[in-house]
Amino acid sequence: MSTVDAPGAPRRPVAPKARGGVVQSFSDSLIVARRNLIRMLRIPEVIIFGLFQPVMFVVLFSYVFGGSISIPGAGTDPEDYRSFLMAGIFAQTVTFATAGAGAGIAEDMHKGLIDRFRSLPMARGAVLTGRSIADAVQTALTLLVLAVVAVLVGWRINEGILKALGAFGLLLLLGYAFTWIGALIGLTVRTPEAATSGGLVWLFPLTFVSIAFVPSQNMPGWLQPVAEWNPFSATVQAARELFGNLPPGFQAPDAWPMQNPVLASVLWSVLIIAVFRTLAVRKYRSATG
Amino acid sequence: MPGAIYAEGLVKTFGDVKALDGVDLDVPEGTVLGLLGPNGAGKTTTVRVLTTLLRPDSGRAVVAGVDVLKHPNEVRRSIGLSGQFAAVDEYLTGRENLTMVGQLYQMSARDAKRRSVELLERFNLADAADRPAKTYSGGMRRRLDLAAALVVSPPVMFMDEPTTGLDPRNRQGLWDVIQELVAGGTTLLLTTQYLEEADRLADDIAVVDHGKVIARGTSDQLKQRTGGERIEVVVHERDRIADARGILSGHGAARGAAADVAVDQHTRKLTVPVSGGAKLLAEVIRDLDGAGIEIDDIGLRRPTLDDVFISLTGHAAERGDTDTDTDAKAGAKADADTDTTLSEDQS
Repeated sequence: MSTVDAPGAPRRPVAPKARGGVVQSFSDSLIVARRNLIRMLRIPEVIIFGLFQPVMFVVLFSYVFGGSISIPGAGTDPEDYRSFLMAGIFAQTVTFATAGAGAGIAEDMHKGLIDRFRSLPMARGAVLTGRSIADAVQTALTLLVLAVVAVLVGWRINEGILKALGAFGLLLLLGYAFTWIGALIGLTVRTPEAATSGGLVWLFPLTFVSIAFVPSQNMPGWLQPVAEWNPFSATVQAARELFGNLPPGFQAPDAWPMQNPVLASVLWSVLIIAVFRTLAVRKYRSATG
Repeated sequence: MPGAIYAEGLVKTFGDVKALDGVDLDVPEGTVLGLLGPNGAGKTTTVRVLTTLLRPDSGRAVVAGVDVLKHPNEVRRSIGLSGQFAAVDEYLTGRENLTMVGQLYQMSARDAKRRSVELLERFNLADAADRPAKTYSGGMRRRLDLAAALVVSPPVMFMDEPTTGLDPRNRQGLWDVIQELVAGGTTLLLTTQYLEEADRLADDIAVVDHGKVIARGTSDQLKQRTGGERIEVVVHERDRIADARGILSGHGAARGAAADVAVDQHTRKLTVPVSGGAKLLAEVIRDLDGAGIEIDDIGLRRPTLDDVFISLTGHAAERGDTDTDTDAKAGAKADADTDTTLSEDQS
């Protein structure tokens, strides 16, 4: 195919011919991911402060609320609540990567880097995919540290290491899905400050109106279906099952995602990626800094 | 035959603001076009369209022989863009920045590394190569940004206000780099709000205002259009103005037409277009002296690009950062209003 559309002398571009397709998308994404990981290492404060909040939640919920939140099928032993709580904190932590992703992309827009990337012959989704890969690595590190803290306060896995790894896999997938929501927010609001607050404000209702901290059975009847169909709850419930953190007498609610949490978790995450990745890549291609 | 950069009837509207109202450009290969214009004239929007960042509502653009709207990704292989802000990652070192850009231009990691070493040397950044860019001075960042735009030695370069915000020394340094680049045969489109910059760097100048090219030509041609040289006299006493006027009209280019002499009573300044240069100036001084008219100041003035600018646009070029803001906002609005997506081709 000729790409020379004008009668002017065709000039040989110096940049090598783009390979195109999946191979180029993948290698471009890795180049961008590497850039974001280098940044992360050079701004360790971000990771450290990112750990404060979940660690604080572990301590606050375990020791302050622990005794007063009862779990159906268990007694009022704070130990039971602590086990129950951890999957919720893990899931909340991975979704908070949303705000970081949004702020990072808004900053790139603001500083003109997105313009530079868009003027290069690179794969169109690579800037965002690279960012989300780097965010997933950061989230994995955060989860690792958090798991150690959880073990220190008495959390245990009771269903074997494979299932536990599966639970962490589902959590990371959820976090990855949510970074695409963050990317769309970052591309829309344009300033890092707005992306941070815009990325966090809706996460609070989303994570609290869920089964993360309080069993849905303890909520008013009208709120129960909301919490049980919340995409976030599916992953929390799946992780609880896979970690073996539910009390022996616990009856999962009747809602379908609560009865089939692993499948529901995967489906929700894939759906979020499909929708928000499409929107974010579209937005990126028309973005103006 | 269209040049290395060719645009025809570019129109772009943001809401009810017509940022581009039919821009036509033709930049022959190996030459420099200076795009000169006041605040919000459409300079940045033009660059954004030509560099595939923004899709125009209508019009056609061809860069390096490739249609910008049909094959944006092909165009991207042949261009380098240095925008209004130094678009470098502050937390990456100079070397890492350049290597990343090289790889995203689809160079192999080895080639990209080798090229960044060359560029760091050439732009006098070798000593700072392994320091994060946030430790760089403004001038160093600009040089790094320019180096990033040159990673593949693109045949066509776009620079949007390359020296805005730089101190005079760094501006001079960047001008030297740009001149060296152009001497190597690169076609360059440069926007600027510094008339001096256009005068110094550009082969041709296009003056834009309200989204249209309102004049084009070499710096000399534009100056000629505004009028050739003239003599300016400031007389000491206000009541001798009429006498001075009589003498000047006798020497003016339009001989004898007194109306040709512009008089400012307040500053006691008289201006007359002439065509006789320094010799004529000496005559005028002799005549004024002979008539006993005392003068405070006299001089032969050639028009500057400032004069050209004022006569073409009806206002002076405004300097400062407001222009960049206006254009950036206009650009930002595009996104909110319309889907400006360029169709990609990954062929």
